[in-house]
Parts: sequence; structure tokens; C-alpha cells
Amino acid sequence: MQIIKDKAIIDDTFTPLADDAPLASGDISVSLARWKNDRETLLAHADKVGVRLQAGDSVSDLADDLKRIDLIELNFAEFADGRLFSQAWLLRGRYHYQGEIRAAGHYLTDQTFYLSRVGVNAFQPAKPDHLNTILANLSDFSVKYQPSIQ
Amino acid sequence: MRLTSNYKPSMYQYNEQDQTLVEERAAQYRRQTEDFLKGELSEDQFRALRLRNGLYIQTHAPMLRIAVPYGLLSSRQLRKLAHIAREYDKGYCHFTTRQNVQFNWPELERVPDILDELASVQMHSIQTSGNCMRNTTSDHLAGVAADEIEDPRPYCEIIRQWTTLHPEFDYLPRKFKIAVSGARHDRAATQLHDIGVHLVKNEAGETGFRILVGGGLGRTPIIGQVIRPFLEKKHLLSYLEAILRIYNLFGRRDNKYKARIKILVKETGLEKFTEMVEAEWRQIKNGMELSDERIAAIKAHFAPPAYDQDAAHDQSLSAHLAADPAFATWYKYNTAEHRVPGYRAAFISLKAPDSPPGDMTDMQLDAVADLADRYTFGEIRSTHRQNLILADAKQADLFPLWQALCTLKLATPNIGTVTDIICCPGLDFCSLANAGSIGVAKEINEALDDMDYVHDIGDVKINMSGCMNGCAHQSVGHIGILGVDKKGAEWYQITLGGSSENEAAIGERLGPAVARDEVTQAITTILEVYVNQRQQEESFLDMVKRVGITPFKERVYADH
Repeated sequence: MQIIKDKAIIDDTFTPLADDAPLASGDISVSLARWKNDRETLLAHADKVGVRLQAGDSVSDLADDLKRIDLIELNFAEFADGRLFSQAWLLRGRYHYQGEIRAAGHYLTDQTFYLSRVGVNAFQPAKPDHLNTILANLSDFSVKYQPSIQ
Repeated sequence: MRLTSNYKPSMYQYNEQDQTLVEERAAQYRRQTEDFLKGELSEDQFRALRLRNGLYIQTHAPMLRIAVPYGLLSSRQLRKLAHIAREYDKGYCHFTTRQNVQFNWPELERVPDILDELASVQMHSIQTSGNCMRNTTSDHLAGVAADEIEDPRPYCEIIRQWTTLHPEFDYLPRKFKIAVSGARHDRAATQLHDIGVHLVKNEAGETGFRILVGGGLGRTPIIGQVIRPFLEKKHLLSYLEAILRIYNLFGRRDNKYKARIKILVKETGLEKFTEMVEAEWRQIKNGMELSDERIAAIKAHFAPPAYDQDAAHDQSLSAHLAADPAFATWYKYNTAEHRVPGYRAAFISLKAPDSPPGDMTDMQLDAVADLADRYTFGEIRSTHRQNLILADAKQADLFPLWQALCTLKLATPNIGTVTDIICCPGLDFCSLANAGSIGVAKEINEALDDMDYVHDIGDVKINMSGCMNGCAHQSVGHIGILGVDKKGAEWYQITLGGSSENEAAIGERLGPAVARDEVTQAITTILEVYVNQRQQEESFLDMVKRVGITPFKERVYADH
């Protein structure tokens, strides 16, 4: 599947693993619950590891491990749940996370400009034809009143 | 007659960045509307987007709410509103309790054109609804009030910019309202906002902010509490950011009726909530300071206009006051003290007996714009009690101004009286309403058609909402009227003793709701009880405080 990362369309290398699925090789992403349960195994994983967060999860649970995590996926169950905007900000602004922060799930393409300003640098589209819409929406505004965080 | 103002109003003027932002926002909304009409956005998705641009779908048609930042309008902007009323609506608009303007009949397809029109005069409808930070409101006498500690408008503007299209806080648990007051007497209801900002002096004589949090009206009216008694000016935005981040992360999202910050503060406890905010703030405050230069640059926009130093030497005002009792009455009720000798702030009453509270026609809007240019510095203000003010009227101009307002039916001498009713659009226009409000206001007005009686009653504030959402702030009305639905019929719950000013209070319920055809009688009975039982100069509110609701209750329900 293709996604957008750093304003370019790229192939997604991550395979999302369900909580009960066997560990696979290659780049994988897991839920926060699985990360907590299988932390030692996952830290030893040879390829990249990502953690999928829901709006109600707390990024502070990952604070000590962020250097070892390549991807944080912010999974929107509902586009109107704005907690993930603050979670993204905390990842960059408070914990200085340098890896990929990816929006996924039911966010709106119209929210991508805001998301890009709180530190989200990758977007998994709901439909393939959203890729170009998202790229366009990332440039909705050329001006802003608040600092952005990268 | 069309006059062109020679003055630049003492208000914020857009720079290139501000202008670009509103134009890009209008373009974005045009695209969103097109996507919706093409079926690429669902009803639910478009709803969230259009609300963030002030567009509701109402009973009869969409309603578009336009932002009037802290109530300031230039004559040019007022003329644009007149134009929009004429071209896109049915020739009128409605001023709201958040100092904003609403159009009740725009077509969804033409809203993008309206936004382009607004952008051409530095206006917009950004964040006038939806679960985001709303228009910042303030004291309608800001900059001219005699009891002012410091002009709040520069801080309102700083907050306006910070809240506009804030990327982190546009999808909050619920709507979020900020009010700023710079005077000793709180005319901005700061204790009834999600955040209230009050300019104060500390013991060292420095000016800063007292920050209140968790106030609000609606279903669960709560008076805000002090979260920080004194905040240095430079920390204003970091403190707001800390409160908003805690609210965004921890505010309830499971029940929209418990989603306002007041519920979070109540359920968490003020002490614990304060600790959370202060801990967040300590981590962000360094590096976010407002510089003295930035504050000074914004303040420069609000520099006092070129007042006539000889204004107080005028002799004509006293002569007119002595000769014309009707003018003297208007002067007494509809003008307010101004800090500059020889000037008054002149209210324009939008509460004529036979028109819906807060409504204005295109013709009136154009005419008031001309009066603002002719007699003041081209600036008009909206108040949270749904009237307008020409804040800088020379005393020598008050008589001709009054004459002009009389011909426009904008000089009803009832500011601060019982017929200066705050009223929402109610069942006539609003899809949320349970009961009518405009019709009841009209009936109360007709029952109180004796202006001498109205003036004798004095300061009584009636606030009336057509549903629990409480847009007309009924719970803080001296007399509050709330429309409720009882098995398909319109009933009205009455409260007494509320106030949104310094001694803020939530009104106490008088008793069971009364039927539609009994409301006016109930209100006139309450006023009779007051007139009969008051002590000397005692105000209505003071009497309710002294005697409680029992004497009123006994009379209103006497026949039941």
C-alpha cells in the first residue's frame, strides 16, 4: 500500500500485526497493549517496529522506549476525537521523538494540514485516491498564527 | 447620503498575513462545499467542517454566523453586512450574545461567495461554531470606560490570532469560549466562560491577568473559579495553551452534555486541575513569552482616536436636555460615561417593542454606518446584550444623533431596563429550540408599554432562551426564562436572581414551568411584587437577594 511520508508518495513497508498474530519478519506495527506485553521480544526484533496508538492511549507509556520505536501510528477511530492532535504534539514537543508519526484510520483529508503542524509527517489514506488530495490539502494555507512543530 | 469616513477606526487593521489567511480559508471552504455537493464528503464529515465556518442547518434554511472579534466593527464592515443582508438574505441580520452576527436565510451554495465578500473587508466566520475555540468577547466599553485598569482589546486580538486555526485545538471535546475584561466592573461575564481573563494590578502595582476557568452556562450553569490570581502578561498564551492541552487530553468525550471544561474542573477538583495545568505550563512557558515589542505593536492599533480637546466646552447638550424630556430620557438610559470629558458612549437599542431583539435591517445597518462616520470615528460595537454602541460620541452631537436614531426606530430608551431583553431566535428559526422566544419577548414588551413604569422598575435584566442550550444566558438573567417542551407544548421555566456581572450568580428556579399563555402574566406579576415590596432605592436583584423567591412564588402561583 502507498502512503504519504514527508510530502512524498512512498510504499508502506510496515505490516500491522494483530495482538494474537505470530511475530513475523520485516517491518511490523503492534498495538500499545502488545508492546507492553511483548516489549523484550519486540525490542530484539531485527527489522523496524511501530506502535499503534488510539486516542485514549497515553504517549507517556512509551517515553522510555521512543528511541527504539521507528513508527508511531495515530489511529483515528473518529475524526472528531482531537486527543491525537495533542498526542502528536507531545511526542515531538515533550519527548522529542524523531521517528515517523503517521495518521491512520478515520481522519479527514481536511485535517491533514493541522496534523502536519503538530508533528505528523506521514498519512495512510483511507482510499488510494486520497493520496493526491492529501498532498494538496497539506498546502491549504501559506500563513499561520502559531508555531508548528516538526 | 453616503459619507466617507476621514478617520481610521481605532481597531485592529489586517496586515498581509491576516488577509491571506482569511482568503485562503474562504477558498478552502469553497472547495469543501463543492466536495460535499459532489458527494465526496458525507453529511457527518461536512457538518464538522461547515460548523467550523459558522454554518448551521436550521429549521428553514442554513444559518451563517459571522465573527465580530470582541464586538468591534468599522462602518465599512457594517455596510458590507447590509449588502450581504440585501443580496444573500431577506434584508436583515441578527446580533448575538457573543457579539457576533447571524444571517438566517443564506443558501448553502452561496455561502462561499459570502465568505469572499467578508474577506474583502477583513471579516470571516472562522470558528463561530463547532467544538473549537470561539470568538473572544470583551467589554463593550473597552478603551472608553472610566473604570478601566487597562484596555483589554490588544489582548483580545492576541488571543484572537492565537485561537484562529490553531492546529492542536480545533477538535476539542466541546466548544470553548474566552472572555477578557479590563475594568473593575465586569461587563464581559468573565466568570461564565470556559476561560475568563481579567486584567488586574498586583501588590507591586504591575498589571497582569487573573485567570478563571470552568465557568459556563448551558444545561449546567457554573461560575468560574480562579486558577491563577496573577499571571504576568508575557505568559498569557503559554497559560492558555496549558489549559487547552489538559482539556483536550482529559475532557470527557463520552457524553456531549458533560464535555465542557467546567465538568472536567468539577469532576477533577479545582486543586488537582490547577496542579495539572501548572505542571504543563512550567514545561512550555519558557520560549513562548510575548515580547514587549509584540504587545506594543498590537496596542498601537488601538491607540485613542483624535478626541476634540474642547468637547466639554459645549453648552448645547445641557440646553437640549432641559428643553426636551424625551431626549433627556434617552440620554439617561442610552448613553454611558466616557473617560474623556465631553464624550459619551451612545447605545443603539436593538430592542424596539415591535421588532425581534437584536435584529437589524439592511437599511438600518447602512444608516448606522453613516452615523458612525458622521458623529464618531467610524467605529461601531456590538454588546453581549444584543445592542450596538457608538463609543465615542461628542456631547454636542448627541442631540442630532438621537434625532437620527429616532427616525430609524433605534432610540428606544430602554438600555438596562426590563424591555432590553436578551433573546435567542427560538423555535421560529432554530432547529435545537423547544419553544418560541421572540413571540414571548414581543408579548412582554407589549405588556410593558408604559415607559414611565419601565423606568420606575429600573435595572432588571430578562434573558430568554428557547431551549436548554441557553444561548440567551437565561440562567444569569435577573429574570431568566427557559423554553421547555412538555408533551409537544411550549412551557417556560422561570428563574430569579441570576447575574453575569461582578457578583455572578445562577438564578433560582421559581417553581413549576408555566404555560405559554401565562408567561407574560407571570413576568408582570413578578415586577408588581418588586414594585410593591422594594425598599427605597433597592434594585430588583438586591430585593431578590434580601427576600428570596418566596414572595414572588406565592403571587405567581397564587391561582394554581
